[in-house]
Amino acid sequence: MTPLPAAEALDRYFLEARSKLLDLAAILDRIGRGSGAADTDSRVQRIRQALEVLQDGSGGRAERVQQVFSLEYDAGWQRPQPR
Amino acid sequence: MSYYIDPHIHMISRVTDDYQRMAQCGCVAVSEPAFWAGFDRGSAEGFRDYFRHLVEVEPKRAAQFGIRHYCWLCINAKEAENVRLSREVIALIPEYLDRPNVLGIGEIGLNKNTRNEATIFQEHVDLAMKTDELVLIHTPHLEDKYKGTRMILDMLKNDRRVRPERVCVDHVEEHTVRHALDGGYWCGMTLYPTTKCTPERAADIIEMVGTDRIMVNSAGDWGKSNPLAVPEFIQEMKRRGHPDDVIRKVVHDNPLAFFRQSKRWPDDGKQENKSARKKAALA
Repeated sequence: MTPLPAAEALDRYFLEARSKLLDLAAILDRIGRGSGAADTDSRVQRIRQALEVLQDGSGGRAERVQQVFSLEYDAGWQRPQPR
Repeated sequence: MSYYIDPHIHMISRVTDDYQRMAQCGCVAVSEPAFWAGFDRGSAEGFRDYFRHLVEVEPKRAAQFGIRHYCWLCINAKEAENVRLSREVIALIPEYLDRPNVLGIGEIGLNKNTRNEATIFQEHVDLAMKTDELVLIHTPHLEDKYKGTRMILDMLKNDRRVRPERVCVDHVEEHTVRHALDGGYWCGMTLYPTTKCTPERAADIIEMVGTDRIMVNSAGDWGKSNPLAVPEFIQEMKRRGHPDDVIRKVVHDNPLAFFRQSKRWPDDGKQENKSARKKAALA
């Protein structure tokens, strides 16, 4: 399947990207305006990690952001035995 | 109009007006998995009433608008933490497996990836294999999704009776879709605000993995959700210039191809023989 050409995708989704970034900025400001500190909360740290993924120029950002917010999988987990 | 099937929507939690709007947007069929009622049920008899609703009430409600209603039966992953209750519910499922609108066992899976949930998941799969039923799988949400999906695929792979082409792994997203497709399973992408996928990301995923063995659904339920999410996906795909036959494959032909594997599918001329084999397997 052929995706949209880059220039066209930018034309169509720029305003949406701008809107979502503004929402995110507002959320971070809202956290910052509140009393107390949340900097050490693991969720804030994950948000920062996700922002770093967005900054790099390589592809697969959506999948990598998903992994930032995912629990780790242990391939050695023990399956329950059948009755 | 683009006709479509919503292969995962909880119509018990939706008003009748939703059926009307869905029909107006081209919906021709829905499939409704058994799920959590919004509270933990206290007895297996509660599930008996729920299953009766799925096999008797919803098909009539849907038919008013020309929509065919199908369903799946199970005890959902959240309530599966109660192993005793789960085993009682699994024991009564066979009473409903000969109803014409039952597609199979689902939506079974994991919720918080606990040992009890995994135990009951395997016992559901065992029932499905003994009765030769299709399986619809719920993968966990948010941070639990990746780990839970991998655990589910491990358990399926460990059971040699499981044929991947008869299993749909639902609620896949960017980090789980390839694991499911590479295993030969069908996949569903759920277009649900905030906690799951969007029509735009679903279109992106299809552009990356293709249109084989993949569907989209709304999973409309008690929460803030959109029963017209599949038409929104159709609109997004058209917006990107994808041809009608490609869109139709994802929203209509793929769900149909998966469902018609069910022994109770209307055009199956061997229904009587298969029912007899199923009863013998349970004896």
